[in-house]
Amino acid sequence: MNIDSIKTGIVIDHIKAGDGMRIYNFLNLGEMDCSVALIKNASSRKMGKKDIIKVDIVPDTDLNALGFIDPNITLNIIENGERVRKYHPELPERMTNILKCKNPRCITTTEQELPHVFMLVDREKDEYRCLYCESKAPAL
Amino acid sequence: MRSINSIKDLSLQEIDALVQTAEHIIARPEHYAHKMAGKKLATLFYEPSTRTRLSFEAAMIELGGHVIGFSEAQSSSAAKGESIADTVKTISCYADIIAMRHPKEGAPLVASLNAGVPVINSGDGGHNHPTQTLADLLTIHREKGTFQNLRVGVCGDLKFGRTVHSLVDAMSRYDGVSFVMISPEELKVPSYAKLPLKERGIPYTQTTDLEGAMPELDILYMTRVQRERFFNEDDYVRLKDSYILTPQKLTHAKKDLIIMHPLPRVNEISVAIDEDPRACYFKQVLYGKYMRMALMLMLLEVK
Repeated sequence: MNIDSIKTGIVIDHIKAGDGMRIYNFLNLGEMDCSVALIKNASSRKMGKKDIIKVDIVPDTDLNALGFIDPNITLNIIENGERVRKYHPELPERMTNILKCKNPRCITTTEQELPHVFMLVDREKDEYRCLYCESKAPAL
Repeated sequence: MRSINSIKDLSLQEIDALVQTAEHIIARPEHYAHKMAGKKLATLFYEPSTRTRLSFEAAMIELGGHVIGFSEAQSSSAAKGESIADTVKTISCYADIIAMRHPKEGAPLVASLNAGVPVINSGDGGHNHPTQTLADLLTIHREKGTFQNLRVGVCGDLKFGRTVHSLVDAMSRYDGVSFVMISPEELKVPSYAKLPLKERGIPYTQTTDLEGAMPELDILYMTRVQRERFFNEDDYVRLKDSYILTPQKLTHAKKDLIIMHPLPRVNEISVAIDEDPRACYFKQVLYGKYMRMALMLMLLEVK
């Protein structure tokens, strides 16, 4: 299977097989006009099978938030056909309006315009808690 | 300018300083009678409270200041749909300090992020209630003479009981403290409230047996199973009488045990215990006022 290489954009590699669609949805790639390729179950020496996503632009979303889904994915930033940066997402200290607090007692349920903010409380366990009510972050 | 949302916002040194200030106030109340002259406290209470609101108001009046505010959401502009941010920006134009109670968790934090004056969380749903914890700490300090090497039993609704979570967090910072958590299975301490114990390696046990735990306790902190924290009336009725403290249950308790309760009490401590010298829950109310005085002096940097 051939997917054309991209000139400027991102390649998200080493996605655990089956998680590609979650990342596709998280980045709202379905809404974008640019070329997007989601490759499922590609063969991988390291992982056996993996998913890969290629996007023709660099999305505005904080890509580090992808670390909340899977910290082992690899982000490759491509410019003019060259890979200029390769890195694993580092969990951000704070995620704003990426997750929604599900606690029915949280102030975010009644104050509609409040940003939903989650703070990293335990980096080893990827644990985020709501800034306001300290409830655990829901899974993406 | 600084606000207090949780007992975690105060260092051990600051808690010690507040205890010292409260002790000074108790010893020399006349010295503090005009410290807040010309200052105004706004009590923004979005849900009913007798004790906490009146305690704050009494605290400010005894410091020579004045009080404005509301005691239910219906009589505030929240009833018209005004946001907390807008309300506190407005109140900041009138008052020097705000005490806020709100049924939603995190509401006072939202207030503190928007107000131009210090905000004191006076209870946000089942989440935090730092000034209750300050009252509890002064009670422990005055009645036991120390915060160290104490075995603390907490009993009743440990799931929704915000006062328990804050007390556990605060007391776990002192050396030699251990906890016995006594509750029905349905109302056990949630994992997030046990985090400070795990992080600090503090010993604790969980049990459903109040009498069995009694002989080893230095402090017994009772809580009410609160109707307003349940979504389901049947669950409330089934659990509300689970742990009622009676003179019989104190048979094997230590002579110098102290019995605490954040109040209001429904029936979880028999009134027969009120005369027992170990009952400290009405002293807690009094000490709460002194700690609120000390806290307001600290936040407004009044020497």
